[in-house]
Amino acid sequence: MTDRAAISIADRAATATPAQLARRVRGLSDRAIAWLFIAPTIVLLLAINIFPLIWTVYLSFTNYRANRPGRAVDWVGTRNYERLLGSEDVWGYLQATAHFVSWTMSIQVVLGLGLALLINKNFKGAGFWTTIILIPMMLSPAVVGTFWTYLYQPQTGIFSYIINAFADVGPVDMIGSPTLAPWSIIIVDTWMWTPYIMLLSLAGLRSIPDYLYEAAEIDRANAWQKFWYITLPRVLPFLMLAVLFRGIENFKMFDLVVELTSGGPGSITELASINLKREAFEKWRTGYSSAFAVILFVTVFGLGNIYVKALNRVKQ
Amino acid sequence: MNADAQRQTGLMRYFRRGPWENLATALIALGVFMLMQPFSLVLFGYSLIVILTGTIGFVIVSHFPE
Repeated sequence: MTDRAAISIADRAATATPAQLARRVRGLSDRAIAWLFIAPTIVLLLAINIFPLIWTVYLSFTNYRANRPGRAVDWVGTRNYERLLGSEDVWGYLQATAHFVSWTMSIQVVLGLGLALLINKNFKGAGFWTTIILIPMMLSPAVVGTFWTYLYQPQTGIFSYIINAFADVGPVDMIGSPTLAPWSIIIVDTWMWTPYIMLLSLAGLRSIPDYLYEAAEIDRANAWQKFWYITLPRVLPFLMLAVLFRGIENFKMFDLVVELTSGGPGSITELASINLKREAFEKWRTGYSSAFAVILFVTVFGLGNIYVKALNRVKQ
Repeated sequence: MNADAQRQTGLMRYFRRGPWENLATALIALGVFMLMQPFSLVLFGYSLIVILTGTIGFVIVSHFPE
């Protein structure tokens, strides 16, 4: 009964394809059928990724303004690039980005590796604490930005309260102070993304075979030598991968900083991507901002190549 | 080994992927440093060209034999 039912289902499935279509498909090679399956994805990729990219490169050589669609578009050659790469303001935004990326990466590597070493000790409740540590990474940057603005409130925020518990310095305005604002975004990004570095470091630590440590014990290596000659070289490829991935993400950082400081006070925390958005959708200098976007894209693409190379090294 | 094969082996010695890929990677890293360093506007001005050279170079040399 079951066999008959199965046969009838198979028969029905085979006859469900219209005869004309079935004949046509039967004549196709495996390669052609494979192309048929991936064609929709390729078309989608071309439409929403490749075409806008080529169009942006074209616009970067023009004086196009998206808020004046009727205006004649002139070819300006490399003028947008010359203005961008000669501008002290743009240089400043990229320095702010560099400050943000370098500090977040340095602090997160130290804390992430430290946490991974702790969790790797497999103490009682390690699984529970791993889950707790991973929570910030799973939250939306918009949510994180919003609730950290409350924590940073100088009069009512808990951050100012904790600092005053240790040193009586009065209300601490993290977001409003030109000196402290860059650190306010570094602290939040570190709070949110250290777990990611920890997770990758933990994967590296778990891949180290025990016999290496046993051999080191026999050779009477101390804890520092074991860390320096066994742990660090084995974890380093994973750490590099994490740093490159997070470095690229932080180079493009937008949402968290907009929610926290909106680039202020003044333009102290105005990172490159925030300025790009301002040029494109507040000042409507589409050609100029397209050139800026191309510069950022080339940088991220270049870093992406290094990332892939590091990934291959980890695989090996 | 004939002359053609010898010439090919000689050329292969210069067009191995490893060192060229390292050079392209170093150029990209140098370009990114130039883009974000706080010391010289002139270096900042030439950063895009250096990154672009490194990136295009990387794409080309990644097709070289191992």
